[in-house]
Amino acid sequence: MESSQHRGASPETQKTVRINIYRGDAEGGEFVEYDVPLVEGMVVLDAVLYVQAHISPDLAVRWNCKAAHCGSCGGEVNGRPKLLCKTRVDDYEGEEIRVSPMRAFPLIKDLVTDVSWNYEVARSIPEFKPAEKAPFTMYEEDVERLYEPKRCIECFLCQDVCHVLRSHHKHPAFAGPRFFAKIQSLEMHPMDTGHRTEYLKEGRGGIGFCNITKCCTEVCPEHINITDNSIIPLKERVVGDYYDPAKWLMRKIRGRRNGE
Amino acid sequence: MERHDTVEHDILVIGAGGAGLRAAIEAAERGLSVGIVCKSLLGKAHTIMAEGGIAAAMGNVDPDDSWETHFKDTMKSGKFINNWRMAEIFAKEAPDRVYELEEWGGLFDRTPDGRIMQRPFGAHTYRRLCHVGDRTGLELIRTLQDKVLHTGAEVYMETTITRLLKDGERVVGALGYVRETGRFVHFKAPAVIMATGGWGRIYKVTSNSWEGTGDGVILAYEAGAELVDMEMVQFHPTGMVWPPGVRGILVTEGVRGEGGILKNSRGERYMERYDPEKMELSSRDVVARANYTEVEQGRGSEHGGVYLDITHLGPEKIKKKLPTMYEQFLKLADVDITREPMEVYPTIHYTMGGVRVEAETGATTVPGLFAAGEVAGGLHGANRLGGNSLSDLLVFGRRAGIGASEYVKANGYSLEVDEDQIRQEKERVLRPFENPEGGESPYAIQSELQEIMQEHASIMRTEESLREGLEKVRALKERAPGVRIEGSRMYNPGWHTALDIHFMLQVSEIILMSALERREQRGAQWRLDHEGLDEELGKVNFVARKGSDGEVEITTREIEPMPEHLSRLFEED
Repeated sequence: MESSQHRGASPETQKTVRINIYRGDAEGGEFVEYDVPLVEGMVVLDAVLYVQAHISPDLAVRWNCKAAHCGSCGGEVNGRPKLLCKTRVDDYEGEEIRVSPMRAFPLIKDLVTDVSWNYEVARSIPEFKPAEKAPFTMYEEDVERLYEPKRCIECFLCQDVCHVLRSHHKHPAFAGPRFFAKIQSLEMHPMDTGHRTEYLKEGRGGIGFCNITKCCTEVCPEHINITDNSIIPLKERVVGDYYDPAKWLMRKIRGRRNGE
Repeated sequence: MERHDTVEHDILVIGAGGAGLRAAIEAAERGLSVGIVCKSLLGKAHTIMAEGGIAAAMGNVDPDDSWETHFKDTMKSGKFINNWRMAEIFAKEAPDRVYELEEWGGLFDRTPDGRIMQRPFGAHTYRRLCHVGDRTGLELIRTLQDKVLHTGAEVYMETTITRLLKDGERVVGALGYVRETGRFVHFKAPAVIMATGGWGRIYKVTSNSWEGTGDGVILAYEAGAELVDMEMVQFHPTGMVWPPGVRGILVTEGVRGEGGILKNSRGERYMERYDPEKMELSSRDVVARANYTEVEQGRGSEHGGVYLDITHLGPEKIKKKLPTMYEQFLKLADVDITREPMEVYPTIHYTMGGVRVEAETGATTVPGLFAAGEVAGGLHGANRLGGNSLSDLLVFGRRAGIGASEYVKANGYSLEVDEDQIRQEKERVLRPFENPEGGESPYAIQSELQEIMQEHASIMRTEESLREGLEKVRALKERAPGVRIEGSRMYNPGWHTALDIHFMLQVSEIILMSALERREQRGAQWRLDHEGLDEELGKVNFVARKGSDGEVEITTREIEPMPEHLSRLFEED
């Protein structure tokens, strides 16, 4: 860090950084090289927005908060899913930087992909169904495991890295890690009376496709342990509901009562 | 003529932050067809950046709390130019709105006896902010988003509205375009709810995302609505300072709520000199001016801020109560806040002024147009209390949803509009592509405006500087229609920015003009050329509307005296 007083003006150095950004649309595209002034502490999104403001105003990128809270700026840096606002340029010293869109979703333009599929999945998940009217009496120890999945900022990087989606394109039959974390937060809510194991096993959830490679956990910018704390407990719940004879019977009766 | 798609709903909600989503849920649950338009993806609205909590007088931690105290805190902090009826409704209804969130699956930190935990915050008499760590806004948005996705409401993501459409005096829809394709859409609706948030992006150092460009307030203004208290812009005392790329990003008031201490470069806990009673938890206007003054007088930190220290809380509690702040500083600034202080400086955060609404229904002065949340004015007066925004969104989002629903059910107006309105608007929107080559870049205009507002409509203001700023903004306004855009209409941020600056410039002009009129020191409006509060100005709001000549017209409007059941509350002090 520099030791002089800096107010207002940014203490830009003369150095520049070269950044390769994917430019193109559904028809095709290529990486384009840009040289951007290097500023101390800059993140990849800073560089992309510099290009947009000074070199190529039609460069498409999503962003909002610039503080890793909103999850808008998911993309890939050197092929790895990353939040562009949280990826420091100085982490790549001596390396080439290649910024590209997420691969698991259809490309719209440049760094922007069509993520609307995620919202369809969200809509298909049976919603929170409270046992009683609020205010709830719930103790810290009853809810503490919910804080983790609720940290999710919906950047969809876990969806992007998941090979079930990325390589096998199982979008119509698989909800993906983001929504397993979501379902965990619903299923483990002490006041919830909804049922989602059928959704997970026979419905759109498709949790059986996941073979626990932990890629989702590795890329999560919120450090949510999706595999161990969401997916595995949900898989256990499915096993419990489907292969325990008493629960199997309950499920049949309940299903009939709900007219399913 | 350039073609467009047409869709029709009973209610069109513009904006998908807390207020818009809450309004949409209300209307959809009443059986109306609802369309929600937002500029970003669903769930990315600026509401997410509300970190510290949601203020509601539930008394879970301090049983003495009551709506009356919350009402008084809100009015005092707003320096009594608030709409007292809004403040009353707000304080009374906030707890129910929080419980409703809980019933929809929203999760809050708990007290030892299993209720919703409440934390202290600036200028709230009691511990009043329901929270989940420092991610309360995220929890609120996610809860409402799930709820909306399970109603029949239609969400038009990444769609921008550029003009409200009227049939005579009534708003009956809007014209917009889809950002992905650039294709125009005519939204037909007998009622429109404006919930587009604020306009912090007109400043250079801001906690706001690119979206906060004042579209909604200017769409309403251009449709004939009255705006109120536009001079009132909130500087949050603590934004990040270093490195340059993160300058302005919010540091939650929750840090001070959890015991954070402000110090200058001499190690002095200087809030003793500005508000010895409330110290760091004084109201935002006071703390922001204190931070500003310390730096101005040469007692600033290495990078031109002040120090905010929470290390005494210990790593475990910091990571539990302020996890986002911990991660944000560690990752973006190489600062471990469990071991060293943060550097912070005021950042533009919130706009108290906005569209003038009826307290009960959110109705604006234009039939068919409703407004709620940050885009509406009145509740917060001259200064907003931390935590009051999230409850504002829910209380008045719901009320606007009811107000618009009842309006739609009671009326059966035609949704047809004069095609000329649509044609002219399309021409205006497409002009940046038609302008001759060599026209200016919209980014250059935007950044020039941000510099002007930062300098001339800042935390301290003078007549001379405001006038100079106004001249500069007007000159920029002349230049803006000449901006030139390259590329196609497909997801073209340069084009989007060219349209944003129209709203940004107009709202800036109105702010400067209003700030020139209020010659006093009241809350966020701090005129260095006028000492203290002016009692007479405490009885009025400044109202802006579009005059018959098309220019901004500023008038005063007298504040009705409080009824006895409210004024009595202040006599008891």
